[in-house]
Amino acid sequence: MYRHLMILEFALSSLYRRKYKNLLMIIVYSMTVFLLASLVLLTDSLKTESIAMLEASPELIIQKLKGGRHDLIPENYALRIAEIRGVNNVLPRYWGYYFDPASRANYTFWGANEIDHNIKAVVEGRFFSQRKKKDKTFPCVIGQGVSEIRFIGINDFIPVKGSDGKLYVLKVSGIFDSQSSILTNDLIIMGHDTIKTIFEIPENMATDLAVQVKNPREIDTVALKIQKLFPSVRIISRKQIRNTYEALFSWRSGLMASLLLSSIAAFAILTWDKALGATETEKKEIGILKAVGWNTPEVLELKFFEGAAVSAVSFITGMTLAYVHIFYWGGFLFVPILRGWSILFPKLTPLPYIDTVNILTIMFLSVFPYIASTIIPFWKTAVTDPDMVMK
Amino acid sequence: MVKHKIFIGLILFEFFILLLLIQNRTMSVRSLQSEVAANKQMVSHFMFTDLALWSEARYTRHPSQTDLFSPFQDFPGAMEHFPSGSIIAPPEIMFAGGLE
Repeated sequence: MYRHLMILEFALSSLYRRKYKNLLMIIVYSMTVFLLASLVLLTDSLKTESIAMLEASPELIIQKLKGGRHDLIPENYALRIAEIRGVNNVLPRYWGYYFDPASRANYTFWGANEIDHNIKAVVEGRFFSQRKKKDKTFPCVIGQGVSEIRFIGINDFIPVKGSDGKLYVLKVSGIFDSQSSILTNDLIIMGHDTIKTIFEIPENMATDLAVQVKNPREIDTVALKIQKLFPSVRIISRKQIRNTYEALFSWRSGLMASLLLSSIAAFAILTWDKALGATETEKKEIGILKAVGWNTPEVLELKFFEGAAVSAVSFITGMTLAYVHIFYWGGFLFVPILRGWSILFPKLTPLPYIDTVNILTIMFLSVFPYIASTIIPFWKTAVTDPDMVMK
Repeated sequence: MVKHKIFIGLILFEFFILLLLIQNRTMSVRSLQSEVAANKQMVSHFMFTDLALWSEARYTRHPSQTDLFSPFQDFPGAMEHFPSGSIIAPPEIMFAGGLE
């Protein structure tokens, strides 16, 4: 044990002799780990959170397709679907998109008539009541993003141009709080009648249908029966929604792939350069060690400790910085990339979630190549006669 | 003979700081978990299917609901209009070849 500690001491002294070079190495190495770990922590967290939330989405969504495009669906389809054994309930959904020229942002309009009393906890103000016929305005509840971009609060108005060209005035009766902005940031929720009027959705038509199935094991069977009943519809199951979000935030996704490949490539160049060969001074140092009686395993142990010391400091530093970046500062460096052209982008508060496998993968991609690149070039020097090395 | 002690001390200190940060954040996670529960209730009530992350195009606002042609509306292999369209992976249905 004492012998190993002595070799570690010697390795640290050797690193200290080249302190500026090694400090630079630690900075670059830490930044690589920071970038990789930030990406992994953010995507893991978003994936976990989105899958946890969307587990409550409808078992099946039925869309009508016309010419390959999403079309309005007749509400009477619901009656025939409800007759299928295993179907619990079929509910129409009314929603659509609206471009607001004032803020140059896209909003999502969503129809809902009644509200679960628990939902009120995430609404500041009150949820809309049903519109009275004499009212000239239409009550609505808006997302945090809509409120911020238009600088509006409760009891303020949003004029919108309907599909018929007329101007409709929405009155804000509630605002979703920031906790729900990952779901509601660009939303304007209004009554079914209001959304049908604004979008000119004909009577007995809906945007799509949500089907609740009693037994989750019967979802695929019910979906097949619906497909046979109505060949023109497209069915989206909850499993597909889950798969979409898993793929979206997986290693395969573009964000991950682009940042991951570039940082791995940069690090690979760095370690490759290191692995290409030891400098003359380093070779001489090994020659002297061999001449004074060090054997090959001891020299290799020395080099292993040098690599491991740099790796340990860099890895923990990179991981700590990544943790703070994502879970304390909301991943602010990635927001401009994630945001894209979105005018409205929710404030991210990722849930602290760490997947050990992914952390081990980062370790495998960074620590092992670095230690290998430290040992391998010295292997050849260490097995050569010291007299030859020092010449 | 002090360098290895300083080094081991530094590593333990860094590790302790990381554990402290994780512990501190995990303590505050209870409120975050109740947020997720509240959001889940909202998903169930409003029958949401997607997150409101990207609002610039219908296939980025509702990646799970988009028709199969939207992301390639000009021609297959066309340059993507929106940066987020390059960030998100194609929907699973493109690989699965339909309903499983």
